[in-house]
This record gives sequence, C-alpha cells and structure tokens, in this order.
Amino acid sequence: MTELVSSLMIVAGIGFYLAGSIGLLRLPDLYSRLHALTKADNLGLGLLAAGLALHSQDLLMALKLLLVWLAVLAASAASAHLIARHAHRQEAGS
Amino acid sequence: MNTTGLLVFDGLLLISIVSLAWSALASPDARRSVILFMAFGLVLAVAWGRLLAPDVALAEAAIGAGLSGALLLVAVGEQSNRALQDNALRVSERNALRVRATLQWVITILCVALAATLAWALVHALDRATNERLAQVVSENLAASGVSNPVTAILLNFRAYDTLLELAVLLTAVLGILALGTARPDYQRTGPVFDGLARWLVPVLILTAGYLLWVGAHAPGGAFQAGATLAAAAVVLRLAGERSIGLPQAGALRVILAAGVGMFLVIGLTLLLLGRPFLGYPPAWAGSLILLIESAAMLAIAATLVLAFLGGRPPAIAVNEENNRC
Repeated sequence: MTELVSSLMIVAGIGFYLAGSIGLLRLPDLYSRLHALTKADNLGLGLLAAGLALHSQDLLMALKLLLVWLAVLAASAASAHLIARHAHRQEAGS
Repeated sequence: MNTTGLLVFDGLLLISIVSLAWSALASPDARRSVILFMAFGLVLAVAWGRLLAPDVALAEAAIGAGLSGALLLVAVGEQSNRALQDNALRVSERNALRVRATLQWVITILCVALAATLAWALVHALDRATNERLAQVVSENLAASGVSNPVTAILLNFRAYDTLLELAVLLTAVLGILALGTARPDYQRTGPVFDGLARWLVPVLILTAGYLLWVGAHAPGGAFQAGATLAAAAVVLRLAGERSIGLPQAGALRVILAAGVGMFLVIGLTLLLLGRPFLGYPPAWAGSLILLIESAAMLAIAATLVLAFLGGRPPAIAVNEENNRC
C-alpha cells in the first residue's frame, strides 16, 4: 500500500516537472515562465521528496528530504522574486 | 529492470554532460556560457556521485559549479560594464580575438593529450593485479593514518606534500588578487525577500562548513568543501548588499590567508625537530594534527575564495594602507 502511494506521488511529481519544463519553453513572457517554473518545481519536488521519504521507510532520511525541499522552496521563491523584480524595474525604467 | 534503469540514467547523464559542455563552449554570449557552465558543473557532480566518489561530487558542486560560476558571472558583468565605458577596449578585444584562435588550438591539443594519458593510465591500471593498485595500498595502511576516510588520509597524510603545495598555489593566487587593487564597490541592498533568505541561509552554511570539516575524518568532507561552503556564506552576504561579509580586520585577515600553509609548515618542521620525517605524523597524534591542519586550511581557503569574489583588497586593508602612507 505505501509502495503504491509513494509511486503515485513520484509519478505525480514527475508530471509537475514535465509541466513546468513545457511551461518554461512554451509560455510567452518572463513572468508567466517564472510562474510555471516555480510553482511546478516546488510542488513537483515536494511530491518527489514525499514519495521518496515514504519509499525509504526511514525517519532520518525523511527529515533530510524535508530539509532539501524546504531549502529549495526558500531559494526558488527568493530567486524568482529577484528575477521578476529586476525585469519589472527594467521595464519601468525604459 | 533495475540495471537497465540505471543504464538509461547513466546514458542521459553522459549525453547531458557532453551537450552542456559543448553548448557552453559554443555559445557566443559569455553570460549564457557561464550559466551553462554552472549547469554542467551540477550535472558533473551528479556523475561523480554515480561513480561513488561523493568527495569529488561535493567539491565539484561547491567549487566547480557554485563559486567558479559566481566568479565568472561577476567577471562577465564587469567586462560588459567596462566595454560600455571604454572604447579603447574594443581595440584590445580585437587583438584578444586573434590570440584566442591560436589559444583554442593549443588548448585543444593539450586536452586531447590529457585524455589520451588518462585513457592509457586506465587501460594500464585495469590489467594490473589487484594488490598492486594504489587503493589497495591505501586501505591497508588506513589504520595508521589517524582518520578513517581514505580520501582525507591521502590528502592530509600519505600525500600531505601535494596538499601543502596546493595551499601554496592558493596563497600565491591570493597575493595576486591583493595586488589587483581595491575591491569592487558593495552591491545595493536587495530588499526584504533576499535578506530573509540570507538571514537563515548564512548560519546554516556556517554550520554545514563546520560539519563538513569535522566529518571529513571518517566520511566525505574536508577542508576544501568546508572552505568553499564558508566562502559561499560570505558570497550570499555580499549579494545581499551587506558591508561586512565576515572578513576580519587587515592583520587578522593576513594571518588567516597564510594559516593553511603556515600550520602545515609549523607542524612539519616541529616533527623534523623531533626527529621524524617532514609531515610524518606519529600515528597516535595523526588524527588531531590532521584536524588542526584542516581547520587552518579551511579558513585560508574560505578567505582566499572570498577575496577572489571581491576581486581585490577589501576596504579594511585598503584603508589601513592609506593611513600608513600618510
């Protein structure tokens, strides 16, 4: 049962990554690309980490995966903000 | 099924390494090249992980992808700033292009020679009997080295000479950086979002550096990875527009920069005076001496990398020298 749930989570996570990558390539401007990338990567990585944690059946490993996810969450949120603000200021300046 | 899956993964890894390397080299835009180079470094780190070499993977991710990438990005930004200000640079750029064409051939020939040498060494090593291999010799003598991580045993004990000379190279490089002039001006403050990230990321990075230094004795880690992590903390602070980025005042900074080579020499020479070979640690003391050298080396490596990112003398040293001149 846990095996099935963890597999489903990993597959769903990969789906989010796929959607994020397609969004990065296909969406028209920087803001919507950022939107696709950060939302999808955060949720995708979260699902992957949760699936792997469930798969490992190990509390310490699960905590490490949680830490990885939280670090990526904070880093990607901050960098998306910086990129978007830079682009916004350049538009406002020109 | 499992092995086929891994084979597919390795194949994808190989293809992405080669194609990232190629597109980094072939891209006409320098900034794009640098970003591709950073991605290349990260994928390369995964490849080292797959080769069961986590020490190299850590070093590649921290130094190869992270800090080198940051250094190259700063260099690219500086170059385009100067090109805008200065038309004379155009002429020197034209000359540089001519040199580059020649240089490309020289580098290509050197790389092919290096690849051929490595391939020859691999083929040569494969048909030797197992007990002649270096790894075998290392693991046989690991107990006497004072640490249980074979990589640290080689770097700080069996081949300590090499590491001493590596640190001497770093010291020479930092002397060159100090001779370049004063550091670039500070960045603007980045605002609350990045500040918030820096506020918890910097302590975590410092903690990680301490952990990597300590764990190097019995698991992947060590002075180089720890130093790079510590330097990354300073880079984050600088990017956040912080004025003080953890570098000490002029006098202490000089001591720290020389600490890696200095600690090595002090311990090596003391051992000579005690009648042992240079850097031939007594087995009972080896563990503590290695930790002592690694701590000093970590600080020296971190300070060197931070100065490289600053691109010159930090304000503390610059002010100090102005005063001396008056």
